[in-house]
Amino acid sequence: MSFPWLTLLAALPLLGSVVVTLLPARRGEVLPKQAAFAVSLVTLAVAVVVAVLYDPDGPRFQLTEQHEWISAFGAHYALGVDGIGLTLVLLTAILSPVVILASWNDGELGRWSVNSFFAWMLALEGLALGVFAATDVFLFYVLFEATLIPVYFLIGGFGGPRRSYAAVKFLLYSLFGGLLMLGSVVGLYVVSADAPGGPTYLLSELSAISIDQNVGRWLFLGFFVAFAIKAPMFPVHTWLPDAAAEGTPGTSVLLVSVLDKIGTFGMIRFCLGLFPEASQWATPVVLVLAVISLLYGALLAVGQNSIPRLIAYTSVSHFGFIVLGIFVMNSYGQTGSTLYMFNHGLSTAALFLVTGFLVRRRGSQLISDYGGVEKVAPVLAGTFLVAGLSSLSLPGLSPFVSEFLVLVGTFVYSYWFAIFAVLGIVLAALYILLMYQRTMTGPPRPEIATMKDLSLREVSALAPLLVLMVVLGFYPKPLTDVINPAVGATLEQVGVSDPEPDVPTEATGEEGSQ
Amino acid sequence: MSNAAALLGASAAPGQAGGFDSPSVEYSLLSPLLIIFGVAIAGVLVEAFAPRSMRYLLQTLLALLGVVGALVATVVVGINLQSRGGGIAFGSVTAEGAIAVDGPSIFIWGLLLVLTLISVLLFAERRLEGGGLSFAGQASALPGTEAEREASTHGLEQTEVFPLMMFAVAGMMLFPASNDLLTMFVALEVLSLPLYLLCGLARRRRLLSQEAALKYFMLGAFSSGFFIYGIAFIYGYAGAMDFASISEAVSGRAGGQGLLLGGIGLVAVGMLFKVNAVPFHAWTPDVYQGAPTPVTAFMSACTKIAAFGALLRLFYVALGGSRWDWTPMIWIVAIATMVVGSVLALTQTDIKRMLAYSSIAHAGFILTGFVGAQRAGQDTIGSLQAVLFYLVTYGFLTIGAFAVVTVVRDPGGEATHLSRWAGLGKASPVVAAVFALFLLGMAGIPLTSGFTGKWAVFTSAYSGGAWPLVVTGVVMSAVAAFFYVRVIVLMYFSDPVGEGPTVAVPSVMTTIVIAVAFAATVTLGIAPQPVLDLAATAGEFIR
Repeated sequence: MSFPWLTLLAALPLLGSVVVTLLPARRGEVLPKQAAFAVSLVTLAVAVVVAVLYDPDGPRFQLTEQHEWISAFGAHYALGVDGIGLTLVLLTAILSPVVILASWNDGELGRWSVNSFFAWMLALEGLALGVFAATDVFLFYVLFEATLIPVYFLIGGFGGPRRSYAAVKFLLYSLFGGLLMLGSVVGLYVVSADAPGGPTYLLSELSAISIDQNVGRWLFLGFFVAFAIKAPMFPVHTWLPDAAAEGTPGTSVLLVSVLDKIGTFGMIRFCLGLFPEASQWATPVVLVLAVISLLYGALLAVGQNSIPRLIAYTSVSHFGFIVLGIFVMNSYGQTGSTLYMFNHGLSTAALFLVTGFLVRRRGSQLISDYGGVEKVAPVLAGTFLVAGLSSLSLPGLSPFVSEFLVLVGTFVYSYWFAIFAVLGIVLAALYILLMYQRTMTGPPRPEIATMKDLSLREVSALAPLLVLMVVLGFYPKPLTDVINPAVGATLEQVGVSDPEPDVPTEATGEEGSQ
Repeated sequence: MSNAAALLGASAAPGQAGGFDSPSVEYSLLSPLLIIFGVAIAGVLVEAFAPRSMRYLLQTLLALLGVVGALVATVVVGINLQSRGGGIAFGSVTAEGAIAVDGPSIFIWGLLLVLTLISVLLFAERRLEGGGLSFAGQASALPGTEAEREASTHGLEQTEVFPLMMFAVAGMMLFPASNDLLTMFVALEVLSLPLYLLCGLARRRRLLSQEAALKYFMLGAFSSGFFIYGIAFIYGYAGAMDFASISEAVSGRAGGQGLLLGGIGLVAVGMLFKVNAVPFHAWTPDVYQGAPTPVTAFMSACTKIAAFGALLRLFYVALGGSRWDWTPMIWIVAIATMVVGSVLALTQTDIKRMLAYSSIAHAGFILTGFVGAQRAGQDTIGSLQAVLFYLVTYGFLTIGAFAVVTVVRDPGGEATHLSRWAGLGKASPVVAAVFALFLLGMAGIPLTSGFTGKWAVFTSAYSGGAWPLVVTGVVMSAVAAFFYVRVIVLMYFSDPVGEGPTVAVPSVMTTIVIAVAFAATVTLGIAPQPVLDLAATAGEFIR
């Protein structure tokens, strides 16, 4: 047993949130903000340490901790990261300080004190880090459900005029999925209790149990529906646009860039890892839904007049890509999807934040209220353009690499799915460029003539995201090195191997099951 | 009859009854029960002889000390139980086979006494009503008459509530421990009659309260009739009253299945009425709403616990051999209870009625555990353990929630209409946060006790092959979450209507109740292992 780095990582923000709650809460007080920012920076430092300690060539799960928790339930307090988990841990740790810095003044618009705004944010960060590090299904489930509460209060307490409606809608969708998953979690206990070794929730032990085909399929569905709601996929995506439009930009970033990743992360870790047979059984339907999400989200994004709703729909489309990559069941697709989770986190965060700054200046979310912003606020327009281009996966920015890999994986699986998926890229160019054209170009409208450009704080919040996107766009190797072994291990669990490609690679499997 | 006679005359002459050796052991085993009966009788004497000004103090102290004493006795009895059947069960059958003091009995006694202890504190709260109890000053005075005004100007208090409560508790303790049908029936009546009275004693909205009492009494008496008719059928079938003989007859498939099935159905009506299961739930919202809130808290938690204990004992011990006959019935009742409780709660506008429907839904969840695997394997959770654990979580959640209801007030008394709760989060963040936690617990959100409880009963049901119940359960939990969340929305995201609710500052007693319930909710949500272990150690029922 070495030092419990992962516990420290998750506990820091949680403790920080308690401290921030207790700080003095006068209006205009900056201490809570500074404290929250400092906590998130320290957490980032710990996350970096975790990343450095992680050895890509080592065993799959590293930095593991394991203690008995509720022995009657077979539940353990078990943490550990593989390459996929580590990627998302890093994403969470990077985005939190960025969001806190970018939301510096947003807490003052809410119903409650600034303290609670930042305290909820830190609590959310801590819980999300725990979710990505949990290697026990019960612990995962508990943290998964617990993340709902901070988001609920963040949307409901600090959002726009219809925030209450959006918060409840979010909560009920998520709870419904979560409770279905509870059914499967309970079932998993019973299955594991019948197996030799007694009841357990440890991933390592569960994946060794053979589950009856029919039972496995039902349990898979419970997990999958919960994750599909979280991700969100068509047809259970409708909560996201409301939540994104009503929440503050910072909330939307944490929601879309971090929390929704739990859905796709869960699909890889739990659906594929625990129910390989059922995953393959469900693949055709899941792929069709993924392609529908991808196209439907993009089409709706083209038609939006509200900027946050537009970004939310682009996310539905992007999540379609991610799910597609996961379920084509080859290493290109899954590596691409994991990378996509990270890159989508960066690019959507940048897009939400910069449009948040824009909306805050003008006080309207509607595209039709803007025009010619690039003349009065060139820096804002520039960052907006870069963030937008990353969202449409321009080569040279990091999302391109991941989208490319997903498409390669899809082509390997089936030409038809790939052809439809490529249409999504065309639509992406359409919605991003149209939005840019309508808001930023042309003669400045009178209402925005006095609009101020980005302040130093806002630029410094956005800068890390833009830098990372460019760097990883040219050199994604550090991430892929970490992701590849984990994807390999997942595919091994599912029992498929990459089909023999035309160009020689190191893959040595026989013809895949397609 | 001899069994019941032996019980009722337990203090008379134990030497006369042949067949057991050491009467002194009998007394010590039954000491928790006897202490509570003694306290109840002493309470009546205090009421008769002590001066009026002393009664409140004496009664409160007597009740508190008595319950603590009984609790200590329970622990002592529990530690010294004999092991039976190689450690799968503990305890012995006493009082000529009328009472089974075994692991589950002791567990339920302990739970009932702890919850009674905090309920006594709620009963004794005087600060909220400006110096008086939350019970009618003089129950015999008609509402709106001169006599009533006189009673309130003289500051009269109906301190009989304490002995009444103690009688009810004694009945509740006897109910799940009874080992024959007649004792069970006597216990049912002993626990019910004081509750009927207590329901009618509200200080405010007295007509509503009296209506509730009458309704409860009528329907309760009716269900008792069903119960005793069922007893007659079962006696006709088995030729015996005690559970061991009934079980033998049932397993041996003696002739006359019609009698047995009829008997099972009829006793089930009596039992399911007490646990608020659909279709015998109709009284619940009216009675919960009309009764004084401390009584509602006490009754909703403790009656359900006692009734579920008795239900489990009756069906597992006496009727276990006929499991395949009653399981389908319980399935249907469980599904109906979950659906009706959750769906009807959606439309409620009164917080007490909403909690009543939620209590119905909880009965459904417990029933899913009841039909689960009795003992799937040594390592896994059996249905008895699951149900006992759920009862612990439910008891504390319910008492806590009703205790919060007593402190949210407006000039007309408790502000039970939901619209009056709007904006509570702003007016009084702590109370709102605590109540939100109770609601999240009832909804079964992880890290609260409600989640671990739900997990336990669903697991038990699933192990027993009752997966349709689990699916219904999770879907209905989602429906139920909607109305719990609606109250949270109201408290936090809505602006108060009019001058808004005020949160009265209660005395330290109600504060203790809320704090204990809060602590139990959080602790059982994060570290439920000790209580689960305790429920597992309780072992099986003995016969």
